[in-house]
Amino acid sequence: MTQDFPPSEIVLRDVHLTRGATPVLRGLSLQVERGETLVLVGRSGAGKSSVLKLINRLLNPDRGDVMVCGRSAALWDPIVLRRQIGYVLQEVGLFPHLSVRDNVGIVPRLLGWADDRVRARVDEVLDLVELPAQEYAARPPHELSGGQRQRVGVARALAADPPLLLMDEPFGALDPVTRSELHTAFRRIQSRVRKTVVLVTHDMAEALALASRVGVLADGQIIVFDDPPAILRTSDARVRPLLAPLLEAGAALRVT
Amino acid sequence: MTVLDFWRSHGAEAAALLWQHLYLVAASTGLAIALGIPIGVFAARRPRAGAPIVWLANVAQTIPSLAMFGFLLPLPLVGGLGARLAVTVLTLYALLPIARTTVAGLRSVDAALIEAGTALGMTARQLLWQVELPLALPSIVAGIRVATVIGVGTATIAAAVGAGGLGEYIFRGLAMVEPTVILAGAIPAALLALVLDGGLTLVERAVRAALSRGRAARVGRLGLVLALAAAGIAVVTAAVVRDDRQIVRVGSKNFTEQIILGELLAQLIETRSSLSVDRRLNLGGTFICDRAIRAGDIDLYVEYSGTAHSAIFHEPANTDPRVVLDTVRRRYAEIGLTLLDPLGFENTFAILVRGDEARRLELTTIGDAVPYASSWQAGFGYEFLERADGYPGLSRTYGLAFATPPRAMDVSLVYRALAEGQVDLVAGDATSGLIEAYDLTMLADDRRYFPPYDAAVVARSATLLAHPDLRDLLRRLAGRITVGEMRRMNHAVDAGRRDPARVVAEFLRTLA
Repeated sequence: MTQDFPPSEIVLRDVHLTRGATPVLRGLSLQVERGETLVLVGRSGAGKSSVLKLINRLLNPDRGDVMVCGRSAALWDPIVLRRQIGYVLQEVGLFPHLSVRDNVGIVPRLLGWADDRVRARVDEVLDLVELPAQEYAARPPHELSGGQRQRVGVARALAADPPLLLMDEPFGALDPVTRSELHTAFRRIQSRVRKTVVLVTHDMAEALALASRVGVLADGQIIVFDDPPAILRTSDARVRPLLAPLLEAGAALRVT
Repeated sequence: MTVLDFWRSHGAEAAALLWQHLYLVAASTGLAIALGIPIGVFAARRPRAGAPIVWLANVAQTIPSLAMFGFLLPLPLVGGLGARLAVTVLTLYALLPIARTTVAGLRSVDAALIEAGTALGMTARQLLWQVELPLALPSIVAGIRVATVIGVGTATIAAAVGAGGLGEYIFRGLAMVEPTVILAGAIPAALLALVLDGGLTLVERAVRAALSRGRAARVGRLGLVLALAAAGIAVVTAAVVRDDRQIVRVGSKNFTEQIILGELLAQLIETRSSLSVDRRLNLGGTFICDRAIRAGDIDLYVEYSGTAHSAIFHEPANTDPRVVLDTVRRRYAEIGLTLLDPLGFENTFAILVRGDEARRLELTTIGDAVPYASSWQAGFGYEFLERADGYPGLSRTYGLAFATPPRAMDVSLVYRALAEGQVDLVAGDATSGLIEAYDLTMLADDRRYFPPYDAAVVARSATLLAHPDLRDLLRRLAGRITVGEMRRMNHAVDAGRRDPARVVAEFLRTLA
């Protein structure tokens, strides 16, 4: 089989997933191209996190295909697969017993990098997320602010320079000001590293701010899949409620 | 005598016992760490398979420690008198707290962190070593602290199986009814528990602090090294077999007369042969001494012919001393033990009356007292009143009847009650030091109602064959200890509160 164009980085085709007795995904399909930032938006419980966990094989589909880097996820050794995918968790998931340096260096060490290479790389990614190593590397996570912890989470995900980055509500627990700062930082970093990113959020404003494409998840399927301007213009009755808070804020501004 | 005086005069011995105590606790806790943490990890990972193990550890914890020593004594490998059995029992007790806190610590690890580790590509083993165990460490250290404190307490019981430790003084003090000696062991044991508790609390805090400072890696490595070192000490010492061919192990039961006799044999061997002695005195009752000598854990101890006849060999009752002695000697020979000739005194029930009354009425035998009994009041211990070979049979054999039914009282009180005239006839212990102290007269058992209880040395035949000089030495002791001398020594220790070793040394000087 020959291909004229590079295969999509991630492909989900007609994926069904049941957790416990509840069906979560019902025939979901999506495609993520190399270097793009796909943001999945949906209400809580819509199955957004499950999509991420299918990609790094924390979950396996009941039916359908999950392809990562041109290969069925089922054929990957899950350990090898996960070490190639940066993962930023909802609650950050920094290890409280490890310093910032040790947290960030985890995956490179799991991959067996030499100590000085790990050290140099940790300094580099901490620099990238604007947490100078000499000031932050030795500190334990609980001494950092929420926004700083989230930056460390991003640095940890980027440390081994994986081609893919999965982000599960990474900015969910932060105040609006910090969140907008991190959005700026994210765009800056992404413009430099050009990872293939799948990010999950319930906040349409965040999706529109970060995405190259947005997928709206409802009823276990992707109901709309388009670029941000198109999403803003949509008349889809299932998407409008997600846009409502944005439009309200805009309207209020115009009235005053 | 104050506790301080006691320590001053027993300095070297007390230090050695403290050291033994520490060793028992360190070795058993080390082993329990080496076993308990893997058990806890397994139980946390596979709750269904792990639950029975934790349940078993729970059950082990509920067995009284003395009973546990008794259960394990006859087992191969772990059994037998001495440190190995003690370490085994202490390890069993320490396992539960350590395994349980390991389970609790692992279960308390935030599920989100485990998911994070998995998502980053950690294998199950990496997750355990890098995330779960470090985060469970404070809980595990708390378990180790509890296990250690329990160990310090339980190790005092280890003296009952000859493992030494501070319990030695506690048991000795109990046997001598001497609070000072009890305290001499109990105070350092309590202090040791407090010190270790405090020290390990500090370690626990340091671990927590190090973890919250993000220094898990270093703490983990240090902990591992310490645990391995402790386990190493335990395993090595358990495996070391001492060359003890030149050591004779002398045992004794756990009451004053037995301790004196054990000390007497020990000093005799130490001063009059080239052999050295390992004292395993105060070993609990007949059962433990018998088990110990059969298993080769002790080489010799003093037994009483009637006790061996009925309690050890379950022979039908017989009151002829010659027959009893021959039977017991034959039965011992069948199992590789030698009963030497009796030492000279008997420790039987003694029917006692006041000395002045005996002289006035010219009483020398129980039969002589029968005509007067109808106007007398008797006082007996509870056991003597109930036992078939106690009062019921005595009354039948001699036609003995009293004015009123005999008064039941604690056997330790009958001597005084008789001396003070509250009662007129009692059943006591033939070798009690109080007989002379209160000027009481023992009436002879002219109808041979009581079984004979001749004291005699039982020794392992193999030991006697290996050391002919030892055999000669013990033979020369036959018939050398009269009932009067035994009473005097018992009295010196019990009432005079004297050190058994000194009393024995003085007696041996008279024994040319």
